[in-house]
Amino acid sequence: MSSPVPPGTSVATLRVNGEERTVAFPTHHTLLEVLREELGLTGTKHGCELGECGTCTVLVDGKPVLSCLVLAVEAEGHAVETVEGLQQGNQLHPLQSAFADLGAAQCGYCTPGILMASKALLAENPAASREQIAVALSGNLCRCTGYQKILEAVEWAGRTLCGENAPPARECSFGAPLPEEVQRG
Amino acid sequence: MMRLPSFRFHRPQNLAEAARLLAASPQTTRLVAGGTDLWPNLKRRHQQAEDVVSLALVRELHGVERRADGSFAIGAMTTLSAVAADRPLAAEHPALSRAVRSISSPVLQNMGTLGGNLCLDTRCTYYNQNEEWRRSIGYCKKEVGETCWVAPGSPRCWAISASDSAPMLCALGASVRLVSASGERTIPLTALYQDDGIAYLTKRPDEILTQVFVPAAADRHSAFWKLRRRGSIDFGVLSVAGTIALDAQRRVRSAQLFLGCVASFPTPCTEAMESLQGQIFDEEHITRAAVLARKAASPLSNTDFLPQWRSKMVEPYTEAVLREIAGLPQQRLAPAHAF
Amino acid sequence: MAERSEKQDGAAAKPEAAREIAVARNIVGTPYRRVDGRAKVTGQTRFADDLSFPRMVHMRLVRSIVPHARIVSIDTSKAAAMPGVLAFLVGKDMPNTFGILPVSQDEHALCIDKVRFVGDPVVAIAALTDDQAYEASLAVRVEYESLETIATVEEAIATSEPRIHDYSDEGNIHKKVSMQFGELEEGFAEADEIFEDVLLFEGNTHLPMEQHATVAVPEDDGRITVWSSTQTPHYLHRSLAKVLELPASRIRVIACPNGGGFGGKSDPFNHEIAAAKMALRLGRPVKICLTREEVFYCHRGRHPVLMKLRTGFKRDGRMTAQHLQTALDGGAYGSYGVASTYYTGALQTVTYELPRYRFDSVRCFTNKPPCGPKRGHGTPQPRFGLEVHLDKVAVKLGIDPADIRLNNLVQPNTITANWLKVGSIGLKKCIEAVVAGSGWRERRGKLPHGRGLGLACGSYLSGAGLPIYWNHMPQSGVQLKLDRSGCVAAFCGQTEIGQGSDSVLAGIVAEVLGIELLDIRLCVADTDLTPVDLGSYSSRVTLMMGNAALQAAQRARELVARAVSEQLKVPQDRLVFAERRVFDSEDPSKGLSWPEACVCAESRFGTLGTTGSYIPPRSPGRYRGAGVGPSPAYSYSATVVEVEVDPETGLYRVEHVWMAHDVGKAINPVLVMGQIEGSVYMGLGEALMEEQVFRRLPKNRSNALVHKHPSMLEYKSPTFLEMPKVTSYIIEDPDPNGPFGAKEVGQGPLLPMMPAIANAIFDAVGVRVDQIPVHPHLVAKALEEKARGKEPRVGPRAFPSIDFGTPLRVPTPAEGGDGQAVNQDEAKVRTGTGTMTEREEALRGTKR
Repeated sequence: MSSPVPPGTSVATLRVNGEERTVAFPTHHTLLEVLREELGLTGTKHGCELGECGTCTVLVDGKPVLSCLVLAVEAEGHAVETVEGLQQGNQLHPLQSAFADLGAAQCGYCTPGILMASKALLAENPAASREQIAVALSGNLCRCTGYQKILEAVEWAGRTLCGENAPPARECSFGAPLPEEVQRG
Repeated sequence: MMRLPSFRFHRPQNLAEAARLLAASPQTTRLVAGGTDLWPNLKRRHQQAEDVVSLALVRELHGVERRADGSFAIGAMTTLSAVAADRPLAAEHPALSRAVRSISSPVLQNMGTLGGNLCLDTRCTYYNQNEEWRRSIGYCKKEVGETCWVAPGSPRCWAISASDSAPMLCALGASVRLVSASGERTIPLTALYQDDGIAYLTKRPDEILTQVFVPAAADRHSAFWKLRRRGSIDFGVLSVAGTIALDAQRRVRSAQLFLGCVASFPTPCTEAMESLQGQIFDEEHITRAAVLARKAASPLSNTDFLPQWRSKMVEPYTEAVLREIAGLPQQRLAPAHAF
Repeated sequence: MAERSEKQDGAAAKPEAAREIAVARNIVGTPYRRVDGRAKVTGQTRFADDLSFPRMVHMRLVRSIVPHARIVSIDTSKAAAMPGVLAFLVGKDMPNTFGILPVSQDEHALCIDKVRFVGDPVVAIAALTDDQAYEASLAVRVEYESLETIATVEEAIATSEPRIHDYSDEGNIHKKVSMQFGELEEGFAEADEIFEDVLLFEGNTHLPMEQHATVAVPEDDGRITVWSSTQTPHYLHRSLAKVLELPASRIRVIACPNGGGFGGKSDPFNHEIAAAKMALRLGRPVKICLTREEVFYCHRGRHPVLMKLRTGFKRDGRMTAQHLQTALDGGAYGSYGVASTYYTGALQTVTYELPRYRFDSVRCFTNKPPCGPKRGHGTPQPRFGLEVHLDKVAVKLGIDPADIRLNNLVQPNTITANWLKVGSIGLKKCIEAVVAGSGWRERRGKLPHGRGLGLACGSYLSGAGLPIYWNHMPQSGVQLKLDRSGCVAAFCGQTEIGQGSDSVLAGIVAEVLGIELLDIRLCVADTDLTPVDLGSYSSRVTLMMGNAALQAAQRARELVARAVSEQLKVPQDRLVFAERRVFDSEDPSKGLSWPEACVCAESRFGTLGTTGSYIPPRSPGRYRGAGVGPSPAYSYSATVVEVEVDPETGLYRVEHVWMAHDVGKAINPVLVMGQIEGSVYMGLGEALMEEQVFRRLPKNRSNALVHKHPSMLEYKSPTFLEMPKVTSYIIEDPDPNGPFGAKEVGQGPLLPMMPAIANAIFDAVGVRVDQIPVHPHLVAKALEEKARGKEPRVGPRAFPSIDFGTPLRVPTPAEGGDGQAVNQDEAKVRTGTGTMTEREEALRGTKR
């Protein structure tokens, strides 16, 4: 560091979504705070700041971590990815398209964290089973969706990443077909 | 937003430097490994620190190594994900992987470390609360108060050991290396703990837990079950870790059974272990051991669920662990855990 | 991947109301990407805490750490000397009261003389940074003089002094209700058997993922804009005007998209008002974002309700009369509580025919965070009671639980004993769907020990028939602006809380005008710019806003059609609006593109704008209390749940849920599915684990009465791993009052979950847990009772003895009633000081 930095303050160069930015912030601030408050990347949300809800999940070196429990200074030298970095240009990531189309984002507040955890999972295993997806996302709470549309969306995105053009079953959007005896009645 | 208080933050590059930093003022300095325990505790202000020493850059503390004698040396800073994913370790000690994968949630396992989990502060629903909440009941004994709110008439603190790796590693006969500026020692893991919610570790404040040694499985078989409300995120309200070695006649040569989350330390089921010693490892002896295991536990009302029910659950969960080791069919509804 | 999802095959469209002219249905009934979908998956959606403004400072609240006390003194001197601290507010800075209901204006932005629960705010602090504001908040010292603490309904009934509030029906009984519809005793006399049950529904909370946040920005000449995570910007607007003593026209409230609401952001809150006051004092923007713990203190969640049902049945399972008693633990303030009280009785009549009905209820004040409306508002508790009660009766009478319901169904277009008008009712089809889907007839009672099926039903409002304050204005308004660009701007006060209301608004307008969703620009939830919509509560938005949007869009289409008809010389009724064109149905090549049609209309009429508004039909009930329960349309749901129970430990798992919901018409089926699945999830959480419960320490050592676990970790909500397989059926029984026949779906499917799970546990292991949540240790306890040969049940035994006086008597339609009470005077309603307005009236009276 060339210029004197006041005590309790850190200056760090963070690589977020492939872009380097040098920022000064209180040393005790977490990556969550620095992303939102210094870098203006408010896509990363928070729900408890104690590591209990998964809302603030971001990727560090490709692995999902809770940004509320990582000091920003400790992220220096690592690749940080947030929801803002998911799309390529104006093109949505298959996860983003699937979440938007299926309504897997209702209020949308847990969505960034779940998208990032899903991205890490699919990067490792795009053909992840429903059970594997549920386990991988089990640290991310959602209060709106009942998780069904999220599971369907991650599966759909996984298929897309595998090169398959296979949208979810009609049942996902229209509900189950009525049993025959009910239709007759 | 919950925010951390300010502190001086140190990131030593090697163990000696870390030990030196810690030795300077061990009472007001805290080590941070994965941060999943310390940061929430500092945010809630029930722990304080003037200095925090991160072990993240101490390279020698990372990684799992298989040694010539078949045992494993696991660096304290190895993340829980890395411990669970280590193939040789998982092949040798599948129950350990299972215990580690039962900790909190998969995302948290990417951050939390094995050393951190072994040193996890004891927990209590009267203690793991925000500053304002604790002011409204009056600080408890574990903090600066006089009373243990769990058992107000009791002279001690009843916060519980909620580590999942601890009972399993105790059952596996693990030992740990403790390093300080003044030297180092290696002790059995069971000797690291004591049944006191406040002084739950025998580790001195200036010591750093650096490595965990796990002996080879050889002819031992292990299992781990954990009870908690949800299949992820939650701490346990009961865990049972068992390791059994049999001789050629299916007689129990050695039995290790430890309970987690029912006392301030990983609780040995002494009578149950003794009852199995030298016996045929069959349903009859398993049932008897499970009944005796319950005697080791006297959970109190400082976690989720009712303590009476948690106590009652020791029996079926111990039975499930022993049946799993014996290869007997399960009669219990297995929890839908993230493992 | 295509930006807009490929249209999936449209559901078979049903013939619409006659007012429809030829429209090629292209949006309504087809799954379409929600209009806010892209913003929500890219991080662009700006929630309240995502906003920041130049010179913005941060605010924290110091909340009471004692449950019930007089404030003796407040010492801010130490805090004032801390770095960055700018200003403090205390109670006397905002002396006017507020509250969501006119009848219980019992809150202050900051407590003035008294605190009523741990978490009641006392001081507001502004500082340059949030860290500084928090550190300073810890340094404020408040001295309290403790008062006796009231923790339960039983204590509230037994303790008339000290009173938590100086208004109430009686001591610490906030509200007392008793009404009787029809000759109850005749009904019981007709019964072959009379059954009784006492049940408990523990309180729980919304737990939205987003913590409430507010940013208040002062503007020129004393105006102010308040951005907030609120479901009800209009009601917040009124409260701000009242407390800040500013003309409403100088206050602008903008509701940000809510990161989950579920009813928890429907009250005006202390922090919203204090932030506005602080901003006006400092002349700079002020932000506050609550901590998770504070969100638990805002609460307004599900009331704990103890209830007793007594019902007469004929041997064939038909009901002859019912007496329902409920006791609500209201917490420390009124909130929506008076409405909640009525809601614990109002909807008992809309699913099964109940010819005579009596309902008694009390809501008590206790020193805990105030309860209010959570998804289902007051109705899930008695629904749990009724559906478990019916299940038990069916077993005792030897009737299949599905049949006891099918045989009792309310018929369409009837008026119930308590004067609710039921329109369409698709409940029969709902029951048949889940019965067939689950294999109920073949499997119930026949699965191996430990495995069981349970069935339950429910119904909910599509919007409350009356607004929260009495007025004759629309409950929802929509304005459209069209111009030569072809863009249609839709203005509406409705608030997107995740339920998809933006998408319904855009979808209906686009549908009527035959244009695409991308042609619509929305401006919503802004009290300066958008016409009033009362808010996202009571499942009112799709029906009410939808009807307003439909009217505005039909008026716009009429304008455009007139102009195009003149230009093309095609009769207006031959014009089709579809595929972004307006064309002749007899010669589709003859037509104008949508922008050309707009140019045509703007040339003909000048600047184009239309409005639509919606006022619900008047309900037939004319008695006091008849305002709670009426709705333009009722949704219906039925569910079958399959569980696996460990008969030794009581541990159980929900394996499969079949849920059928009558939504009238699915405007956007994929979002309807999301609401059904989300409701199944939240109901599952309430049944399995969610509870807002409190800890009282030993009285000789501590006066504390605290929330047991105000955290995401210890307030248990289901993860991915607890969620069972869900098979959902969308049932469409269109209601003439709904836009395109649509009814609600956001709340209804939650209701049957809790009783279905309790009923399934009975089928699995033969024990009854008559309380929610059904903890595994309660199942274990009931199993122990069973093993000991005792009644295989856990749950409350008795309902407290309360003198309800003479009930308000209202003859039923079948008895030739006219909707009015016959003993208004005898029942002594309106004579107490049960509400704030009555108290104020009474005080004025004594002064004169």
